[in-house]
Amino acid sequence: MTNNRTGAVIPQKKHRKFAFRRQKIAPYIFVMPFIISFLIFFLYPIINTVIMSFQEILGPEDITFVGFRNYKSMVNEHFGNAIWVTTRYTFWTIFVLVPVPIIVAVFLNRKNMKGRNFFRSSFFMPALTSVIVAGLFFRLAFGEQDTTLVNMILGLFGIPKRAWLHQRNTAMLVMVVLCTWRWLGVNVVYFLSGLQNIPVEQYESASIDGANEWQKLMRITVPGLKPVIVYVVTISVYGGYAMFSESYILFGARSPGDIGLTLVGLIYQKGFFENNFGVGSALGITLLGIVMIVNLIQLTLTGFFKKESE
Amino acid sequence: MNNIFCITGLKEELYLKKLISLVLVFAFIFAVLAGCAPTGTPGSSTETTQPGSDSKPAAKTTLNFWTFQELHNSFMDDAVETWNKANPDRQIELKTDVYPVDDMHNKLLIALQSGTGAPDIVDIECGRFPTFLKGTPALVEFNRVVEPIKDKLIMGRLENYAKDGKYYGLDYHVGAQVIYYNKEILDQAGVNADDIKTWDDFIAAGKQVVEKTGKPMTTFEITDHWAYYPLITMQGSDYLTKDGKPQLDNEANIRALKLQADMMFEHKIAIIAPGAWHHAEEYWAWMNQGGAASVWMPMWYMGRFTQYMPDLKGKIIIRPMPTFPGGALSAGMGGTGTAVTNQSKNKDLAVDFLADAKLSLEGSIKTWTILGFDPIRKDAWSHPAMEAENEYTQYFGSDIFNTLKDVVADIGPINYGDLYPEALSLIQKNVLFKVLQERSETPEEALKKANDELLAK
Repeated sequence: MTNNRTGAVIPQKKHRKFAFRRQKIAPYIFVMPFIISFLIFFLYPIINTVIMSFQEILGPEDITFVGFRNYKSMVNEHFGNAIWVTTRYTFWTIFVLVPVPIIVAVFLNRKNMKGRNFFRSSFFMPALTSVIVAGLFFRLAFGEQDTTLVNMILGLFGIPKRAWLHQRNTAMLVMVVLCTWRWLGVNVVYFLSGLQNIPVEQYESASIDGANEWQKLMRITVPGLKPVIVYVVTISVYGGYAMFSESYILFGARSPGDIGLTLVGLIYQKGFFENNFGVGSALGITLLGIVMIVNLIQLTLTGFFKKESE
Repeated sequence: MNNIFCITGLKEELYLKKLISLVLVFAFIFAVLAGCAPTGTPGSSTETTQPGSDSKPAAKTTLNFWTFQELHNSFMDDAVETWNKANPDRQIELKTDVYPVDDMHNKLLIALQSGTGAPDIVDIECGRFPTFLKGTPALVEFNRVVEPIKDKLIMGRLENYAKDGKYYGLDYHVGAQVIYYNKEILDQAGVNADDIKTWDDFIAAGKQVVEKTGKPMTTFEITDHWAYYPLITMQGSDYLTKDGKPQLDNEANIRALKLQADMMFEHKIAIIAPGAWHHAEEYWAWMNQGGAASVWMPMWYMGRFTQYMPDLKGKIIIRPMPTFPGGALSAGMGGTGTAVTNQSKNKDLAVDFLADAKLSLEGSIKTWTILGFDPIRKDAWSHPAMEAENEYTQYFGSDIFNTLKDVVADIGPINYGDLYPEALSLIQKNVLFKVLQERSETPEEALKKANDELLAK
């Protein structure tokens, strides 16, 4: 098809052109691994999940198209519980994991703080541990006997022992504590890098104007960190709704009374325990929709899109 | 099309660029795919020779075996040795992989769903078995080896893994439901375990124990069903009817749950097991220190005592369950069906081997001597080999099988059906928790609600 045309091109020019093209191609080669892994490991599964959410799958050759039946049968009490638990969990993790790391980061950013490198690394350490190992520790620490760690410490203050993992509110507390312990350091790192971008002059002139520490924090630091806050909230929404392993290790695949049932946990249960990949896929697509909507609302509210159009 | 590209050189260049990048994309994809191509799936059995095809000493056929129970490994290894001695022309090498329980079932489900990667032989836990019988089972039937010896087997245990008259799994044991008493605590309270025949006896004895020792008579699970399930099956009830319809809220099932609730809240002789079930580390540690006077679990729970509660050695006695008026003396609880997948390249060999390992008299006796399980073959029960001393008789005393002989005739099948895994998980995670822990619903309410949910499927 192209032979006719290329044959007409003068040879030297062709050579030059080829070198030129090679330079143009190089960037594509460099991004290729990402593109390929995206296509194979993300786009293909997503498309396939959409298709599977309309099917009943009983075996490799035993697949029937069932329309919206999977979506209809997925809506029940447990689905409601899972959305409620996941949403509450996401809310609490954001509620804790934005303000606390900001304050920690502000302290760690001070030049006069002693041992700040030690604290920086020790806050970050939990992020490197496996959630399974950490979760196991938390499960046993929050056990219901009076000899378990948390009950023992609280017992010193005369607080009676309780079955942490078998009551709705305390179960949520344990999940949020586990999440906080694990991700605090990561968010601190984000905020520390954000703090480097706030000019020192602003603090200096504020001091000259007689601003106190609290005013400086609220008027300079927090507004200066806004882009980082938006980013942290966005990934926390995603992380919160995608939570599975924390709940799985604390409660197993069947959390009593759905107290720790997350949406991903429900997908796992439907897909693997009940051999119902169709409903599992329908739930997955619904989860994708929910996360997109929540993030869109949140990004619109924080003015993310406005900035881009300006 | 040519016209479009012939208009200007610029367009041609663009086209070429696209073409080259496209070619590169494909080149990369192929390179990546080739790199990822499986070099040998776990399911592909390497059959080195046709069994019995020539007179030379036959090379071994490799069979892959997945299990979630480390203990089953030693039983199978022993069975392979026995088989290889008896069948020089059909030698076997068993390649065993032990996975965590959920992990293994998930892997198996995906392998069977996708039609590749499954092992030859696999252990499937009974609660998960119906999952694998949905639609056309991807498993091989055992009828050829089961039917000739039907009268010698406790068939209730094979019905559990059957569909449309085809048997797809061979169990390791009967799983007779029994009760374990801590004799030390009963003695302190002045209770004789042999006097406890009915649930009324049990409650009366329980009150005495609580009064004298301050310790609970027994413990209940709220995230699993081993305390609840025998109470309904021993009344002849089940989660599903024979034809697979849900019946969670029938009279017997409500009576059983009420009995549990009464023991906890009215008579105050029972508590929820520390850690919420009888397989929690917390429970084992607590029980090991003499936490409660009894626990009712199936026979296979013996292994948990010897393994995790060593301090109770010599203190625990095994007795038949207390009964409901007119109810059965025991029930077959839990189990693991060993199956052959339809992806196996040596289906016949695998079936013959498993029949030899589990259905033969010798194999059946070994489920006791090696695993401490109650065999699924009736004639093994009265065999002298069953009376020999082992770690279980040392722990529980030598009268284990005398206790068992009385109750085993009452053991029937479980009504498995497509809805079974869901019914089970509703009991395990909703009903027991809401009635016994949260007390947010009465037994009737909770069971009715769960049943309605199943009916809506």
